[in-house]
Amino acid sequence: MGDTILKMRHIDKIFPGVKALSNVDFNLQSGEVHSIMGENGAEKSTLIKVLTGVYPRNNGTVTLYDKEIFPKTPKEAQTLGISTVYQEVNLCPNLSVAENIFIGREPRKFGFIDWRQINKRSQELLHTFNIDIDVTKTLDNFPVAIQQMIAIARAVEIDAKILILDEPTSSLDEEETKRLFTIIRELKKRNMGIIFISHFLEQIYELCDRITILRNGELVGEYITTELPKVELVAKMVGKDLDSVKEFDKAAAKSIPSDQLFLEANNINCIGKLNQMDLTIHKGEVIGLAGLLGSGRTETAEILFGINQINKGELKIHSDKVQLSNPMKAMQKKIAFCPEDRKLQGIIGDLSVRDNIILALQAKEGMFRHIPYQKQVMLADDCINLLKIKVSDREQLIKNLSGGNQQKVIIARWLITEPELLILDEPTRGIDVGTKSEIQKMAVTLAKTKGMSVVFISSEMDEMIRTCTKLIILRDHKKVAEIENEEISSENIMKAIAGGEN
Amino acid sequence: MNKFKKITSSSMFLPLFALGILLLFNIVFVNDFLAISMENGHLYGRLIDILSRSSSLIILSLGMTFVIATSGIDISVGAVVAISAAICCMLIGGRGDGIPEHPMILAMLAGIGIGVICGIWNGLLVSKIKIQPVVATLILMVAGRGIAQLLTQGQIITVYYKPFSYIGANIPGSILPTPIFIAALMVLLVILILKKTSLGLFIQSVGINPTASRYAGINVVLIIFLVYAFSGFCAGVSGLIESSLIRAADANNAGLNMEMDAILAVALGGTLLSGGKFYIGGSIIGAITIQTLTTTMYAIGVSSDQLPVVKAITVIILCLVQSKKFQTVFNSWKNKRQSQKVVDRT
Repeated sequence: MGDTILKMRHIDKIFPGVKALSNVDFNLQSGEVHSIMGENGAEKSTLIKVLTGVYPRNNGTVTLYDKEIFPKTPKEAQTLGISTVYQEVNLCPNLSVAENIFIGREPRKFGFIDWRQINKRSQELLHTFNIDIDVTKTLDNFPVAIQQMIAIARAVEIDAKILILDEPTSSLDEEETKRLFTIIRELKKRNMGIIFISHFLEQIYELCDRITILRNGELVGEYITTELPKVELVAKMVGKDLDSVKEFDKAAAKSIPSDQLFLEANNINCIGKLNQMDLTIHKGEVIGLAGLLGSGRTETAEILFGINQINKGELKIHSDKVQLSNPMKAMQKKIAFCPEDRKLQGIIGDLSVRDNIILALQAKEGMFRHIPYQKQVMLADDCINLLKIKVSDREQLIKNLSGGNQQKVIIARWLITEPELLILDEPTRGIDVGTKSEIQKMAVTLAKTKGMSVVFISSEMDEMIRTCTKLIILRDHKKVAEIENEEISSENIMKAIAGGEN
Repeated sequence: MNKFKKITSSSMFLPLFALGILLLFNIVFVNDFLAISMENGHLYGRLIDILSRSSSLIILSLGMTFVIATSGIDISVGAVVAISAAICCMLIGGRGDGIPEHPMILAMLAGIGIGVICGIWNGLLVSKIKIQPVVATLILMVAGRGIAQLLTQGQIITVYYKPFSYIGANIPGSILPTPIFIAALMVLLVILILKKTSLGLFIQSVGINPTASRYAGINVVLIIFLVYAFSGFCAGVSGLIESSLIRAADANNAGLNMEMDAILAVALGGTLLSGGKFYIGGSIIGAITIQTLTTTMYAIGVSSDQLPVVKAITVIILCLVQSKKFQTVFNSWKNKRQSQKVVDRT
C-alpha cells in the first residue's frame, strides 16, 4: 500500500429535510482496494456521489493529492481522475460498444471523429480484459455481465487514479466475478486506488484491504480487513447483535408445504426461453429456482406471470387449465411478481410511495373502482409499518429511497393484492444484510402463516438453502434437477448446476 | 417566509404568476381592460372576450395534457378541428334561406364523433402499432386538412342557420358566451374522470415507466389508446366552436396551428414534455395566458403578421422563468452580486 491519495474530512450532506451524511471521514491509499460497507440507507451511495460530484457537499473537505477539490459534475471528477462504475450499468444500450467507451472524448482527426481509431483502441482495450467481441455492435447485444466489464474498461481507459465500483458483481456469475477480480488486482498493482462497494461479504474479504463502515450516514470506523471477523463486521453494520440472523439458520424455521396443489405446469415450452419444463407448486411451499444467470430462472417466472406465453404444454392452477396471456390474467389468478430489475420493471420513480404501493391493487380493481384516498393512506401506512419501510412520509418519491426500501415497497405492492403465489426474482440483490434476512424471513413467514406459495429466485445459494423446501435447478433453459428437503446443500446444488454426473 | 416559499414552490405558482404579469400589463396599458358592460342581456368586455376566445384552446389542451403525460404528443389536433368543423357545417348545409339540411344536434354529434374517430386512429397507430407519436399524428396533421377539403369539396361552406352561431357566441338570454360554458363542462368532465377513476394515476405511471406499469398489471396499450381518443374528442368539440365563430367550415384555416398553441399551453402549465406528472390546472392557465397575449397584442396595435414574433419573445421569457436551470443560474448570480456588494462596502 502506498500513500494516502484521497482524504475526505468531516463531510456533511443535507437533503431537504434529511441529514444524509454527517461528519464522515474517508481515506484512500494508492494501490489498495477499500470497501465502504453499511446497511440499507447507510448512505454509502451518497458518499460516493459527493465524491464524484453528483451532489455538492454541504460541509467538509475533499483532498486529492493534497489539493482540495470541488467536482461539480461527474465529468469534472473524471477529469480529476475519479471514475465510477455504478450499480446499474450506466451506458447507452443503443450505441456501439466502442462508442460507449469513448463517448464524450472521441479521438478526432481533422475535426471529425476518428472511427477507425475508436474501434481499434476499444478492441485492444477489451482484449486486455479477455473480452473479444465485435465492438461495432450496439451494447444491447451483450449480456449485463459484459456490459459491466465494458463500463469498467471505459473507466480504466480514462486513466483514472481512483476507480469506484458500486456493486459491480451483483449481476455477474462466479466465473465473471473471478475475471473481474483478476482485473481489479491488476489495477491495484498499477497503484490505482479502488473503492469497492458490494454486499457480498465473501468478496469483500477476498479482495479488500480495508473497510470503512457507515451507519445511518455516520462513520462507524475504518478497519483492516484481516483484523475484522465477519461477524463483527455485520454487527457493526447493523448496530445490533446477530442472534436474529443466526436463529434463522435453523432448519425448523422453514415452511412445511401442504398437500394441496396450487399450480401445475406440464411440459411447458417457450421458444428461446424455456424448454420442456415440469413444475408443481403446493400451497405454503417456498420453492427455489436456482441456476446460473440466463439459465431460465427469470424466464420461468415471466411465464408464470403472463409476460411471456407458452407455445406448448399446459398450465393448471387449482387443477383448472389456464392461459396466462398477460400480467392481468395472472393477477386475477392471484399470482404476484416482484421483478428482477427493480429500477426498470419495478418502481415508478416519480410517483410517491403511496401511489407505488396501491398501483397493482388499483390495476386489479380496474380503472373505475378508484380506491378512496383514505383507504390508500391506510393501506400505505399499514405496509410501511409492517415491512418497516424507511420513509420520511408516504408521499416521498420512491426514487429517493434506498434500494432495499424500494424493494420493500414493491413487495408491499403485491402483498396488498393478497396473492396465493408470490414470485420473488432476486429480491435481495443489491440490498444490505439486515434487509436481506428480513426479506428471507418474510418469504418463509408468508408461506407458514398465510399458506402462500412462494417462488424464490436468487443467485445466492445461502439464502436459497435457508428458505426453500424444494429447489429446481435450471441449466440452459432446461430443468436439470429437483432437490428436496434434507438434500438441499450447496454441494448438491453445485453438482446439479455443473452437470450432476460427479 | 415559509408560507411564501410554499406558495412559490407550488406547481400552479409560475403559470399563474405569468398570467398575472400579463394581466397587470393590460390593466396599465390597455384602456378599459377591466370594464365589463351589459348590452342586450349579454356581458361584454375584454376579460369576457379572452375567456371566450381561449375556450377552444383550453379544451384542446385538456386532451393534450393527457397525451403529453404518457410521454406522447398529438400534433394532429389542429387538422382534426378542421375535419370536425367540415362535417358539422356540411351536415347543417349552406342553404341561403337558413334552413338546416339535418338537425343541428345530429351535425354536432357527427362533428364530435369524427373527432373521436380521428383520435382512435391516432391511438391505434401509437399504442397498437407502436409508431412514434410525432410520426403517427403527423399523418393526420398532413392528411387531415386534405380530408376536410374533400368533405367540403374545396368550398368554404357558410352556414346561415341561425342557432349554429349560438355555439360560438351567446345563446339568447344567456349572460356569458357559450364557449365558456362548453369549456367549463369539459373541465368538469376531466375533473370528474380524475377524481372518480384511476386514469390519472395510470397515465402518470405509464408516462414515467411503461415497463414497470405493465409489470404492475396496467394495460399500457389501452391507456395510451384512450388518451389519444380523448384528445380527438376534445379536438372534435373545439371544431364546433371554431366553425361556429365564423359560421363556416374553412378547411384551410380552421384550427390552424392550434396544435402548437395547445402543446405550448401544456408546457407553460408545468407538465414536462417527457411525460409523467401532469397539471390540468396549469394547462388551463397556460391556454388563457396564450389567448391573453394575443388579445393584448391586438389591443396595443400589433398587426396579426407581427404577432408571432411578439408571441415568441414572450414565450421565451416565460419558459426561461420556469426553467429550473435558469433559476439556479440566476440565484447564484444574484448571490454573487450581493456578496460583491458586501465586499465593496467593507
